[in-house]
Formats: sequence, C-alpha cells, structure tokens
Amino acid sequence: MSDAVPSNLRYTRDHEWARGEDDGTVTIGITAHAVDQLGDITMLTLPEPGSKLETGESFGDVDSVKAVSELFAPLAGEVTSTNDQLDASPELVNAAPYGAGWLVTLRPTDRDSLSNLMDAIAYEKLLAETE
Amino acid sequence: MTPTPTPTPTPAPTQTTAPRQTALFAAHVARGAKLVDFGGWHMPLQYVGILAEHRAVREAAGIFDVSHMGEIDFRGPRALEAVQGVITNDATRLADGRALYTAVCYPDGGIVDDCIVYRRSAQDFRLVVNASNTAKDLAFFHEHAGQLCDIADRSEQWALIAVQGPDAPGIVAELGEASWLDLPSFAFASGMLAGVPVEAARTGYTGEDGFELFVPAHRSESVWNALLDAGTQPIGLGARDTLRLEARLCLYGHDIDETTTAFEAGLGWVVKLDKLDKTSFTGQEALAALKQQGRKRKLVGFRVEGRGIARPHAEILDADDRVVGQVTSGGPAPTAGGAVGMAYIPAHLAGPGDTIQIRQRGKVLTGRLVQGPFYKRDR
Repeated sequence: MSDAVPSNLRYTRDHEWARGEDDGTVTIGITAHAVDQLGDITMLTLPEPGSKLETGESFGDVDSVKAVSELFAPLAGEVTSTNDQLDASPELVNAAPYGAGWLVTLRPTDRDSLSNLMDAIAYEKLLAETE
Repeated sequence: MTPTPTPTPTPAPTQTTAPRQTALFAAHVARGAKLVDFGGWHMPLQYVGILAEHRAVREAAGIFDVSHMGEIDFRGPRALEAVQGVITNDATRLADGRALYTAVCYPDGGIVDDCIVYRRSAQDFRLVVNASNTAKDLAFFHEHAGQLCDIADRSEQWALIAVQGPDAPGIVAELGEASWLDLPSFAFASGMLAGVPVEAARTGYTGEDGFELFVPAHRSESVWNALLDAGTQPIGLGARDTLRLEARLCLYGHDIDETTTAFEAGLGWVVKLDKLDKTSFTGQEALAALKQQGRKRKLVGFRVEGRGIARPHAEILDADDRVVGQVTSGGPAPTAGGAVGMAYIPAHLAGPGDTIQIRQRGKVLTGRLVQGPFYKRDR
C-alpha cells in the first residue's frame, strides 16, 4: 500500500476508521485499503440520523461496480449525521476516504469505546498480514 | 507458451492448479493492472478503474486481452458437417471470411456453451469459445463430431485482442489494412498489423463497433503496444462485464448454462431446426420438443426503479412473495444510467413494461422490464 495510514484515527478489522471529534461525536469512514479493494464506488446506503447502533451491527452498504459490501458499526451509539454529498457524488469516497468521503457521525454510548479500536500501528500491521 | 497443437483434451483448470497467464500477462503487470482469477486464468480486472475504462470504450477506443478464450479448429474435408452437427445455428450459409454466433447444446437442450464460428475456408472452421469451457467443449466436440474431422484446441498459439469503441475501426485500419474498414459485422480478413500477421474480425462483446484480432501469441505484445501507442486505453474484465451488460449480451455461467435453454434465454434466433443442408445436430430433438411446449420462463432485462443495484442471485418474488426466479446479471449501467440487470422469471409475468419485485439481503427493489439492449450506439 502506498497510501499512508493516518495516525490520528482508530481502525477496525473491517477496514473502517473512526475519529473522535471535539464535540464528543465520532466520525466514521472506510479506509484507503477498503477503497482500493472495492474499486469504483457507485452507491452508499446509510442509516437515518437518530438510528441507534450496537457495536458490530450492520448499518449500511457500499455498492461498488462489482459488488456490495456491508458496513459494521465500529462502536455503539446514535447516528447524528450522514454525508449528504455521497448521494450525488459517491466517488468522493474513492477520492478522499479520510476526508470528504466520510460516511456518518455518531454520538457514542461510551466515548471510551474508541480506545478499544486499533491504532494506526496495529492497523498497519493488520494490512501487512493481509497483503 | 509452447505453440504445440494437441489433438487430445488439455486438463480443465481446477481450483487446485495455479491460474494460467496469457502471453500479455507481463504487459498487464507492468501497467499496474489489478488482477483477478477468472475461469482458471489470471486476468486484468482493471487498470485505472472500471468506470473510466467503461467510458473510454463508449467514447473513444479500448483494448482488451481476451486471449483466455479458446480457439478450437475443425479441419478436414468434412469440417462443415462436423461443425453443423454440434451447433444450433446454420453454418451452411457462411461464406469464407464470415462468422456467426451460435449455441452448442447437450442432447437434452441445455447449453454447453455459446460461441462464434468463423469459416476460414470450406475445410477450416474456427470456434471461439468461453475460456472456462474450453476443455469441456473440446471433449464434447470430440465425442459428437470427432470421427468426422480433425478437432484441435489451438488456444495456446493465439492471443486475442479486442479493440472496441467509436475510434476503434479507424485505429485498427490505420495500423493494419485500410480494407478492413469495409468488413461488415461478423466478417473477418487476414492482413498485417504493426508488422505482425493477424486476422481481424468485425466482432465484439461491448455494444460498440470494433474488431477482435487473432494474433500469434508470441508476437502479441507488439500488437498490444502498437494499439496503446495509437491512443487506445487498456480495459479490464470489470468494464468488459458492465459494457456487455449494457448491450444486454449473455454471459455463460451467469445468464445461460446447462440448465437453461436457448429459447428461455432469448437466443431462439440461433436455433435453426431446419438447416439448409438438412443436417441434424446434438440437442435438435429436445429443442424441437421444447419449442413445441413453449417456454415456461424467460430471461428478461430490467431497470431498477429508484435507488438500488440488483446483483446476481437476488430473488424474484411474485405477488404472494414466493420466489419465482433469480437475477443472473446485474449492476450499475455507467452509460445508460441507473442500475440494470437480467433475470429469469415465469413467462406469464414477462410483459413489456411490467414490473418485478427483486429481493436481496432483506430489501425489495422494483425492476421495470425493458425490451432490447439498455444501451444502443448511434449507427
């Protein structure tokens, strides 16, 4: 992988990232590795704001040209917003998976649960093992 | 690659053997292709991205390495008779340098493969078959026609490069023979391209104009590079699939297989129960009976209404939520827009403009039936 793994994010084995924000919410997206595996993304199905998610619960789909993949909640909480731009421009996820291609924000049930996720070093190790 | 014609079937590629590589494999790797195992072959899935490659073929010209496809040659004084005995279409009407699309059927009418038959001369016919079916087809041909002529798998000797898109004919004629521009659809001719002797056929699998070039495998990289230098884009199997789906062309193993009939698949036009030369063919009796019975199910094309992408294996539901059919191909339609697909449904539900309910992963999508291709080029 040539794409660097940002050090300020937390990661899951399902190749999602999570970032704690100053307002107490957590922003969630998929990693550059996931994007590379999926190819061109053509549609995202995301939950309504207000939806309550349990850790590991399926909360949406990513459709690429070839296949559909499920999204799993990295931590429990209530969805506070979804990225509206992705409806018209799903390719933002390909172009900027850690930026404009974020998927949802949620208010975690337990903010400390973020620390249960992998840090960048652990995630890089996972990527090295799956290569 | 050892260009040795083998009269005996080569073993079918299985999961346990390493995927095979075409003569252009190194060129794909050098260009950074993402690779995929397909039908026992290690093939490019994409080079830059499926959508960009799809667009390049619709708007300019793309080249595809389809060397994994099988070339099976029928040669000898009774070659025509042998071909006629195993195909459903009628090759008697083919002149030299002309080709036709056909099905090959089992005695029960199920489809062995779909392929293109090229008449090179009265004693020399070439059948181009699906990669994953090559060994099966060769065994089938030997069983049903092997006593009539020499039938040999020459796939190893030939690379096959498809050049497709509105700019494709001009590029191929410029690098090759100007006279190829006069070839109508499903005609072919030999000539030189980039210093290499090739056979250029006005055929393809994208819904665009273009050629498929039969190139000696050991010279294929010269032709490939000359085409790239002329401004074409390399295209992977990912876009090949979205292009053929928009053009509503069947894919063996998805839309047709040994459990489907040509009539159900909308391929009744390649079944000639009364051939000009009065020859019979494998599956003829079963197909005649099936035609008499009428089809109970039908392969339909649909466009997904609203948001959603139906995928292969999604279930078709009737009004009582019973599963009555299945999606065989489905995905986004990059040029036509939205998402489209093909599905087998009961014939009585298959009126034009009707809608079908498609269930996948707990959700129900609505598909509106569409006649003809989802995308048609301006002629």
